[in-house]
Amino acid sequence: MQTEMPTLTPQQILRRRKAGEPILPDEPEQVHRHTITVLLENTIGALIRVVNLFSARGFNLESVTVGETDDPTVSRMTIVTTGNDRIIGQVLRQLDRLIDTLHVEDLSGSSFVERELCLLKVSYTNETRAAIMDTAEIFRGKVVDITPNTMTFELTGPTSKIEAFIKLMKPHGILEVARSGRVAMRRSSGSWLTHEDPVLKLSAER
Amino acid sequence: MRTDTIPLVRAVRSALNAEDPSAKVTAEPVTGAEIFVRALEAEGVEVVFGHPGGAVIHIYDEIARLKPRFQHILVRHEQGGTHMAEGYAKATGRVGTVLVTSGPGATNTVTGIADAYMDSVPLVVFTGQVPTKLIGNDAFQETDTIGITRSITKHSFLVRDVRDLAWTIKAAYHIARTGRPGPVVVDLPKDVLLSRAPFTYPEEVHLRGYKLPGPPDPERIREAAEMIAASRRPLLYVGGGTINANAAELLTRLARKARIPVTTTLHGLGAFPEDDPLSLGMLGMHGTWYANQAVQHADLIIAVGARFDDRVTGRVDTWAPHAKVIHIDIDPACISKNVPADCAIVGDVRAVLEQLLPLVAPKDTKAWLAEIEQWRAECPLTYETHDGKLRAQYVIERIRAKTGGHAVVVSDVGQHQMWTAQYFRFLHPRTHITSGGLGTMGFALPAAIGAAFGLRGRSDWPIVCISGDGGFVMNAQELGVAAAHRLPIKVAVINNNFLGMVRQWQELFHEHRFSHTDLSDTNPDFVELAEAFHCVGLRATRPEEVDAVLEEAWKVNDRPVVIDFQVVKEEMVFPMVPAGASTSEMITKRLTPNAFV
Repeated sequence: MQTEMPTLTPQQILRRRKAGEPILPDEPEQVHRHTITVLLENTIGALIRVVNLFSARGFNLESVTVGETDDPTVSRMTIVTTGNDRIIGQVLRQLDRLIDTLHVEDLSGSSFVERELCLLKVSYTNETRAAIMDTAEIFRGKVVDITPNTMTFELTGPTSKIEAFIKLMKPHGILEVARSGRVAMRRSSGSWLTHEDPVLKLSAER
Repeated sequence: MRTDTIPLVRAVRSALNAEDPSAKVTAEPVTGAEIFVRALEAEGVEVVFGHPGGAVIHIYDEIARLKPRFQHILVRHEQGGTHMAEGYAKATGRVGTVLVTSGPGATNTVTGIADAYMDSVPLVVFTGQVPTKLIGNDAFQETDTIGITRSITKHSFLVRDVRDLAWTIKAAYHIARTGRPGPVVVDLPKDVLLSRAPFTYPEEVHLRGYKLPGPPDPERIREAAEMIAASRRPLLYVGGGTINANAAELLTRLARKARIPVTTTLHGLGAFPEDDPLSLGMLGMHGTWYANQAVQHADLIIAVGARFDDRVTGRVDTWAPHAKVIHIDIDPACISKNVPADCAIVGDVRAVLEQLLPLVAPKDTKAWLAEIEQWRAECPLTYETHDGKLRAQYVIERIRAKTGGHAVVVSDVGQHQMWTAQYFRFLHPRTHITSGGLGTMGFALPAAIGAAFGLRGRSDWPIVCISGDGGFVMNAQELGVAAAHRLPIKVAVINNNFLGMVRQWQELFHEHRFSHTDLSDTNPDFVELAEAFHCVGLRATRPEEVDAVLEEAWKVNDRPVVIDFQVVKEEMVFPMVPAGASTSEMITKRLTPNAFV
């Protein structure tokens, strides 16, 4: 099975850049961005199996985050991927089939919170300092480190906010950016344990 | 994040032990190697196909010391060992067991593991590993076995603590056997085999992330029954999942009750008796013309334990254009993967058919069956029989006549495999064993040996290995195993002195440039090769010699027999759907080269 938008190799990215071709292809209508949350055994082996599945099956991977949950034997992954709904259905079932995954859920289509953390180091002069601080304030960015000519901001928010902040900081001379990738959670009163599992309750697909 | 592969094992194990007084236990701490041997005994393992080495030498020592109830078969090459375990598993429905050392021992099993993964064969492969403290150190015979096999296993374990060993072995067999079967790798560092713990074999294991399908949804089964009742041109498309679920008899009853014609995949052969008028034989690339015509004209495809492989469908968007699809499979990840299902039933094929059978009423399919009979008459399976030359199809038909279909046939990969599928006309489940998904040349001989070990004392049907001259030599060393154990297997080498299937593609699609497929100068004398391995070697070069040679071969019952059938090299497998073409573009006989490229 091939996705419409396979992950590009570094060589392909360089070739496209040289030819002036877009690196991200235009998204066909039925292709959507999906945020998938996976609860899995808190081991490296389990993590590798999940990531490996994406590469072995040719699924596209945009962002992956992983961290321990309140239960130290369980870790939670948030995966952002792009593809048409049939492919995503495949991804979910393949993920669910892994023995180390406890719960797999596609949050897209339901209401959910999605956040990203960004650390951004920018150079400043006495002239630009005020403007930089003003912009950061608007974005509720926090200074976490300062030197005589650089400042490092901490910023959290939806991806669109992070991207807007980076865009505004660019003219000032960004030295480094570190982004966490997205973490997400469904907006509701229940926990993953109380949700009906869409994968196991597979219904006919037409 | 922790690096141990089995969290909670200790907690689960102690909980289980507390609840389970009947578990097999030793009071005194014993070594990991002894735990291993005792665990395999407790698991009811009958045969271990293995090869010793430094990392597992202590296990071999315990096998010699404890004299366990299971038999250890010393293989000549670890790849052969994994195929033997596959043959054992496919013939018996039990889990096959492999034991090899670290490094090259482990890497040699990779092809067999991948083969088992593609064909859903339950295997547990135990690999030795360097001591835990040397892992990652590029130690002698070290390899990252778990990493190498990750994408070709259903699951894998690295055992880091001797106290987890028995639990892990139990879990490995449980995972391999249940759900959609598959291979499991257990990596055993040498220090784990040397350290000590009391032995307790759990009666059952619980894996919280392992989801087995529950009972099938009765709503969907009702829906399927309605779709079957409403259809006028239904077709059962039956795969290996039906045989894995031991549901061949139920399937046969369903087809006969509702008068629905049946076509099977390569692995589905034997799930429905091919002497039944409802049988259309195999479908797909080298399936029958009438099976593929039935697919293209059906208004309902009932897929039972099949996965819509590209060798079945060809160009998927033109496959079965008029049909609605009911898909019954144990693996939810298979549903709608290649062909969207209109009605998906996730569950054990046997459980689904048990519920479906009473809901399906006898149907009037006379007109549909008459149409199929026309296709059958229009283009039956046929080959040239009047020029006095020996052909593989004739050999296979004579073996079929000799055995009456009461034999376990293990085929390799290539032209002879397709001819076996077309001309043997299988009657019983688990009598056709082959490498389908991975297409591993060299599979047949070791798999036949494994089947022979599995069926000892269970069945007196002969084991017939049908191989090509190319594939046979890929694992010919395993003749030594067959001879050592005096297995009376019959090995038919369909020898056209060519890599026949590649030759066929070269003739059809590459303007007769037979690049590196001619073996006539390099093939061994197969009769002498057999004799060098203490087997009987026979030869037939003309059609009239075949029956006499088979007669002679069947008289031998204390050794393997290898028969060199020297067949014409130009013969091609027809009908054929070229790779990637639509099923309606089937070639039924030899045409001018490149007429359809």
